[in-house]
Amino acid sequence: MSAVRRADVCAVALAEVFRGDGEILANPIGNLPMIGGRLARETFEPDLVMTDGEALLVQNAVPIGAAADSAPKVVEAWNPYRAMFDIVWSGRRHIIMGPVQIDRHGNANIAWIGEDAQRPARQFLGFRGGPGNTISHATSYWVPNHSPRVFVEKVDVVVGVGYDRAAALGAAGADHAIPRVVSNLGVFDFETDDRSMRLRTVHPGVTVDDVRAATGFVLAIASEVDETRVPTAEEQAIIDAVDPAGLRYREVPDP
Amino acid sequence: MTEDDVVARLSSGMTIGVGGWGSRRKPMSIIRAIARSDLRDLTLVAYGGPDVGLLCAMGKVRKVVYSFVSLDSIPLEPHFRKAREAGAIEVEEYDEGMFLLGLQAAAWRVPFLPTRVGLGTDLLTLYPALKTVRSPYGPSGEPASDEGEELIAMPALKLDAAIVHMNRGDAHGNGQYLGVDPYFDDLFLLAAERRFMSVEQVVPTAELATLGPVQSLRINRLMVDGVVEAPGGAGFTSCAPDYDRDEALQRRYAEAATDDNEWAAFVAEWVNA
Repeated sequence: MSAVRRADVCAVALAEVFRGDGEILANPIGNLPMIGGRLARETFEPDLVMTDGEALLVQNAVPIGAAADSAPKVVEAWNPYRAMFDIVWSGRRHIIMGPVQIDRHGNANIAWIGEDAQRPARQFLGFRGGPGNTISHATSYWVPNHSPRVFVEKVDVVVGVGYDRAAALGAAGADHAIPRVVSNLGVFDFETDDRSMRLRTVHPGVTVDDVRAATGFVLAIASEVDETRVPTAEEQAIIDAVDPAGLRYREVPDP
Repeated sequence: MTEDDVVARLSSGMTIGVGGWGSRRKPMSIIRAIARSDLRDLTLVAYGGPDVGLLCAMGKVRKVVYSFVSLDSIPLEPHFRKAREAGAIEVEEYDEGMFLLGLQAAAWRVPFLPTRVGLGTDLLTLYPALKTVRSPYGPSGEPASDEGEELIAMPALKLDAAIVHMNRGDAHGNGQYLGVDPYFDDLFLLAAERRFMSVEQVVPTAELATLGPVQSLRINRLMVDGVVEAPGGAGFTSCAPDYDRDEALQRRYAEAATDDNEWAAFVAEWVNA
């Protein structure tokens, strides 16, 4: 048997992000999160609702990348951009976003890096939907390249609300949740007394010290850190079908 | 009217809203006419794509009100990025849903709409003009027994002018989208004083309802002051089902951001031609 590949472990970890969600819009952004979302719906979360990446809700596991263009779509509903806000603000959604920076409380930055909002050192996406997502419904994060430049002590600009700031909002922060952070090294949650980020599992081949060294803040460590589970044969077949071109191996190369 | 007729009705310093989304159904033939004109110091309000990037690169922009600027298949708009990192433009940033509320407030002629979106983020500290408001009601709209919830008061995004591009329209300003998403074009028009729509094809009014479901007739003539017939007018952005994005041309546009000679050639060929 060949060794399990890191990107496939990440796909399963990203699927697990949605476990228990039931009938909500699962809205993973990016190739590996999308593979994870499709995998979750094809296996343990069949009621998840997903988009085609544009303005349709589709019932089938449309492949990612170029393969999506020719794939037949089983359309469930019309969901133009404007209707997306109806879903977001209703709270029936769980998104996976890719942060440029994230701190130990889960405050996240997707906008820009630098000191000055009017002249950033590096412009990224902008605020996009970060504020609305994080105040309205569950937001998880995916980091394909775990490093101290992403997992930082303090983010340059808070776009996605973290647990400390949500707590300060009182009732207005009641819908805020960051169920998981998944990186190419491990899986993280905020199930600590002070709701700071905790290492939950390490991917096979990664040590706790590797994760510590790649993190720019003091990470809480679960009392027993297990390995992230690897795909079953059934899951591997679904992953291969959803990503026939193997785009995931470019996003997360094997170590 | 023509693209240049639209430009003649705009002036320097105006706040201009642009329809479409990212690199989709942008009124690029009018944007190119603005790029060729002597207009300057514009404030752009958009779900941004190459409309914002091109006008930044052409030195037409003083300020951008935005939540993202993207070319979709190229996630970060390189010309906008360059202008931002040079400090060449001022920005006002919002969440994309706040943006919708701002346009909606302007369209409904109220000064703001309340939302939770933005609470807990750095928007309030970065942009002190953005205020909060205390709800006079309880959570279900009942009279508040004590202090109501504090909400962000998203200000109206009032526009001096708006430009949008639709698939079909008539000469009177009724407009039709035939793609999968209307985006926010009707709101941009409703939020503006002067309203301009380019269309792939102008057809007799009686034909409009035969070309698609009545729901596709999103724009009516109460919202529009002038119509430009502009076949291919959204290119290189997508205008489904008439045409997809011209990815090769978009790539050339994007790559020219880092090469002055390439950019001069691109402008000569595609903007000034």
